[in-house]
Amino acid sequence: MRSLKISIQQEDFSIETECKALRSSHKDIGALATFTGLVREIDGADAQHDKVVSLYLEHYPGMTEKSLQDIAEAADARWSILDVCIIHRIGKLTAAEQIVFVAVSSLHRQDAFAACSFIMDFLKTSAPFWKKSTTQAGEQWVEAKDSDRQAAESWAEGIQKR
Amino acid sequence: MITVRYFASIREKLGCADETLELPCGVDSVQDLLEYLKQQHGQLWEEGLKNSAVLVAVNQAVAKRSAAIKDGDEIAFFPPVTGG
Repeated sequence: MRSLKISIQQEDFSIETECKALRSSHKDIGALATFTGLVREIDGADAQHDKVVSLYLEHYPGMTEKSLQDIAEAADARWSILDVCIIHRIGKLTAAEQIVFVAVSSLHRQDAFAACSFIMDFLKTSAPFWKKSTTQAGEQWVEAKDSDRQAAESWAEGIQKR
Repeated sequence: MITVRYFASIREKLGCADETLELPCGVDSVQDLLEYLKQQHGQLWEEGLKNSAVLVAVNQAVAKRSAAIKDGDEIAFFPPVTGG
């Protein structure tokens, strides 16, 4: 891995700005895979009742950055990748806003695609962020989608690799 | 001294974001610390930390309940993560 940018920030990011930065740094990049996560408005069975008005993103300062670094390094160990950029927003976000951005560059596309997907999968199960949603029904902490024990175990393995 | 931090729904249940305390005698592991904190704080901590899904980090790295702790450590308790 040639470069790694990790940013935990409240302010929004520009996909174009980040991609331009990755493209302009080196001329040997053949592939640039990106993922952008957004705040979904509808997050429940009862569409009207569960419409998400806003999300609040909390995190563990210090551990968040370390966790994302570990994840990027794990991807680097498995695939031939050049540059990685991970941006995750915190604080209050509303529907359709951008939450997270992951970009991976490589010489060829297979490595970029795979590493980008891997980083997102581990970010979802390892990085210490927590979402609290506000709907018409009130505030509620979002539950982890995998079984709680599974999430804990995959996390323990991911971090111990360091 | 050790620092104990609580996040998200656990922090809300306990009404406490963090606390600093002398590492008690005989408290050598995360499990020991959990028992000690429940004893000290009572019902609220019993309830808030009873879920086996509560995750632990020692010095900002995920850890098991059996992990050793020493003076100067930072121990955090939190629910399964939901970022991304």
